[in-house]
Amino acid sequence: MLKYTIKRSLQSIITLFIVVTVVFLLMRLLPEEGYFGDGFEKLDEMQKEAILTNMGLRDPLPIQLLNFYGQLIRGDLGESTIYRRGVSVNEILKDKIPYSLWLGLSSVFLSMILGISSGLQMALHKNKLIDKIGTFYVVVVNAVPAAVYFLFIQLYMTRWFNLPILFDVDRPSSWFLPVISMALGSIAHYAMWMRRYMVDELNKDYLKLARAKGMKNKDIMKKHVMRNALVPLVQYFPASILFAIGGSLFIESLYSIPGMGGLLVDAIKIQDNPLVQALVLIFSTISIFGLLMGDLLMALVDPRIKYGKDGGVR
Amino acid sequence: MKSKKLEHITDNLSQDLFEIANKSDNTSEKIGYSDYSYWHSTVQVFFKNKIAVVFLGIIIVLLLFTMIQPFLPNQKSPTHIHINPETYMQYRNVPPGSEFWFGTNQIGQDLWARIWSGTRTSLLIGISVAFFEIIIGVTIGTIWGYVRKLDRLITEIYNVWNNIPTTVLMVLMTYILRPSISTLIIVMVLTGWLRMARLVRNLVTIIRDREYNLASRCLGTPTQRILSKNIVPYLVSVIMLRVALAIPFAIGSEVFLTYIGLGLPVQIPSLGNLVNEGRILMMSPSLRYQLLFPATVISIITVSFYVIGNAFADAADPKNHV
Repeated sequence: MLKYTIKRSLQSIITLFIVVTVVFLLMRLLPEEGYFGDGFEKLDEMQKEAILTNMGLRDPLPIQLLNFYGQLIRGDLGESTIYRRGVSVNEILKDKIPYSLWLGLSSVFLSMILGISSGLQMALHKNKLIDKIGTFYVVVVNAVPAAVYFLFIQLYMTRWFNLPILFDVDRPSSWFLPVISMALGSIAHYAMWMRRYMVDELNKDYLKLARAKGMKNKDIMKKHVMRNALVPLVQYFPASILFAIGGSLFIESLYSIPGMGGLLVDAIKIQDNPLVQALVLIFSTISIFGLLMGDLLMALVDPRIKYGKDGGVR
Repeated sequence: MKSKKLEHITDNLSQDLFEIANKSDNTSEKIGYSDYSYWHSTVQVFFKNKIAVVFLGIIIVLLLFTMIQPFLPNQKSPTHIHINPETYMQYRNVPPGSEFWFGTNQIGQDLWARIWSGTRTSLLIGISVAFFEIIIGVTIGTIWGYVRKLDRLITEIYNVWNNIPTTVLMVLMTYILRPSISTLIIVMVLTGWLRMARLVRNLVTIIRDREYNLASRCLGTPTQRILSKNIVPYLVSVIMLRVALAIPFAIGSEVFLTYIGLGLPVQIPSLGNLVNEGRILMMSPSLRYQLLFPATVISIITVSFYVIGNAFADAADPKNHV
């Protein structure tokens, strides 16, 4: 287990390193207007050059890259140029992170509970009404673009249940729809796989033996089917984090939640390069970390994984 | 212990009860083999799934209609701004009616024409993405699965690349490249080929060491020929599933990227742009049709492809064949 943990963590660190490098190099390809802010037109060439030199953008690329690594290691993400000119990105993010964190965590948590339990019910009532409703839900959520159904949830749910349309810190009820909307995709994912694994497990021979020796159906479900079906489900844990990140981009700007996802959308619209760069790096780090956690959890619950010597493909 | 009667049973049989059978290849093949054919069974199982067949019908009609729509009579241009000849004002936000079937948008363009033009754009993106995903994914996937020496290297590359979150990569790439149809296609292929390659790789490693491939190798068949004749044909069903799922995914991604401000320029009608235009007006109930129409079309297309893809995957699985 230790060897696998170290190997897998190293892999994540290498990935992170590559992502940081590639993001940095790609950001250098962007037009340089993004570094000046509002007064861009008023500056002459000399002033522009001076500003760029000052920001270290005229240094040779390898030196820029080294400086960038140094900055990151010190935890400095640079300064915003347009969103709030001259304010450090850390300062801007300080107020934003709690909202995104709570929104993300509560939706990941909610999706696990709702997804697994509805998948369970679908498998127990296979080919009955519950199963059909569940399958319908899975198909709709998987197929229809999230951007479309998020809009309709905001449009109609707020009216039907008399909930606030926009986010309001002082009204806990305004948390409700954003969290639910963000969880929908993951719920479908969990429900689909839970159902599939349960059904697979139900068809296995050892269950026939369990029934033949007179075990109660309830015990069979609890002791054999559910446990075995939950194990492979662990690997979808990172997917729900990825869903939450993708969802936060939409949801936060739809409901005007002052979080990081909404901030990224704003930063893209106003082309604030350092802010976009910082947010992209944060989101990549979160998802790389999520994938690492998923793999380690998987190895923890399923001991067969760590014996795979040849670095097989997940 | 044989009875005497049986021993002599053939003695008094007349020879003209027998005739020499003519051996024909056709009939012996009929008796010797079952008439199982993979594709025949696949199609048969697929058509048993009534829901999938309905969606298949819908998508065929829809595809044909989007193709021929511009050539039908009384169609308007999707980008022309209609102006009232009496008041010289644009026909803004005209509700659906006999003149403008789906109404007009904020600046007086015909929504009906825009929706079909947008569908063409979105399908073009979806189909191109699927096409390039096949080319890159199948090529790399077969090499990855077949050539043992490269397996480790490509697996390591895959493990690193797979760790990069798709959404973030997509957002970053579109941010850097200029927004256009080809940008969207490049970005989506860049993030999508990986899944295809892995799927193909896993199948190839299974098929690679089957006896007939071993025999083929012993006979000195060149690798290229083994790959193209013995292996890739077995992947067709999997590839078709990925195609059916890649198209709705690409359409959805386009809507997503448009929403966060990285989509196509507004001059090009696409489903993402239409939804985005509709979203701005969605809070006033009388203008909500501008969101409802494109959203319905998107949902029909994506759900159809999704259902067909899954039904086809089930049908292509030999376990489900009779």
